[in-house]
Amino acid sequence: MIRLDLHTTLALAALLAAALPLPASASEVRVGDLIVANAWTRVTPPGARVAGGFLTITNTGKAADRLVSGTSPIAGHVEIHEMTMDGGVMKMREVAGGLEIAPGATVELKPGSYHVMFMDLKSGPMEGKPVAGTLTFEKAGTTAITFEVAPLGAKSPAHGMN
Amino acid sequence: MANTRQGALRSVRLVAWAAIAVLVLAAGMHLLGEAQKAQQSGRALPGAATIGGPFELTRTDGTRFSSSALAGKPYAIFFGFTHCPDICPTTLLEMSNHLKELGDRADKLRVLFVSVDPERDTPEHLKRYLSAFDDRIIGLTGTTQEVAAIGKSYRVFFEKVPSKDGQDYTMNHTASVYLMDKAGSLVSTLSFQEPDEQRQKKIENLLDR
Repeated sequence: MIRLDLHTTLALAALLAAALPLPASASEVRVGDLIVANAWTRVTPPGARVAGGFLTITNTGKAADRLVSGTSPIAGHVEIHEMTMDGGVMKMREVAGGLEIAPGATVELKPGSYHVMFMDLKSGPMEGKPVAGTLTFEKAGTTAITFEVAPLGAKSPAHGMN
Repeated sequence: MANTRQGALRSVRLVAWAAIAVLVLAAGMHLLGEAQKAQQSGRALPGAATIGGPFELTRTDGTRFSSSALAGKPYAIFFGFTHCPDICPTTLLEMSNHLKELGDRADKLRVLFVSVDPERDTPEHLKRYLSAFDDRIIGLTGTTQEVAAIGKSYRVFFEKVPSKDGQDYTMNHTASVYLMDKAGSLVSTLSFQEPDEQRQKKIENLLDR
């Protein structure tokens, strides 16, 4: 029988964690003073060329930061967009200069509001296959992130991730 | 002298324009009030006769679709595009759910999804995209002129929004679902922001008329 002492177990666990393909825990990632949590996207209809990504960002620091860009292997490029409703008209625009996260604030990217826009989709998100990506902040830098995939048309993540 | 006269004329013109603005605003407010009353009572909306009208578009199987096929049938019509990350797939899913909820009564309702992006939404592409939703939803596209014409008759706003690099574009567009009665008059609208039950009730009211 093989016996593992505590140090060997920890070392093995660290090795395993490093070898995992997912860049980070899906539910929460810390980058600088920011906490990025509950990242999710959803299944798109066949042939869709775009998808929205949603998450919350909390700024625990003393200075404002900005979400300026992102990448994902599923998309040709990624932009930060805002959707608004104006008298029954849906308006979509890229957030010029990035999305500000004020000190102490939590900004929610959610359906019908701010979102990460996956454009030139190479393959649509599929249920059970988390989507990898990165987000870049003006001050905090770049972090890897994993988007869970909710069903088509879902208005919130598939399973409560809070 | 001339300057004073011109100045006076300008003032008169300003006052006249202000008066017109106030009148237009008042008329708008009145119409809105009437619209709310009408929505509650279920009768046709004021100005409803000016919304809708004949159109010709192309179905996802490439055949032509004429609004004459809708004569005598209540229908729901909404506008969107497939390069839309949020509201269009959400509305398509909601309409699929409403049809399911209606059970046998769904046969009485026609549901039409009209692309405001005919350049990219070819019949084939639209067909593939809509395969994720209830197959009773009729997908329609057409030439730029045909889509512009139906947009005008349904008072639907849409515009292209080019991306920063100018290589791509997204679209702003009217997102409401129009509920039209069997006479082709606008009865009510659905918003993705209202509760599912409320939308379902409005659809059932339409079928009860």
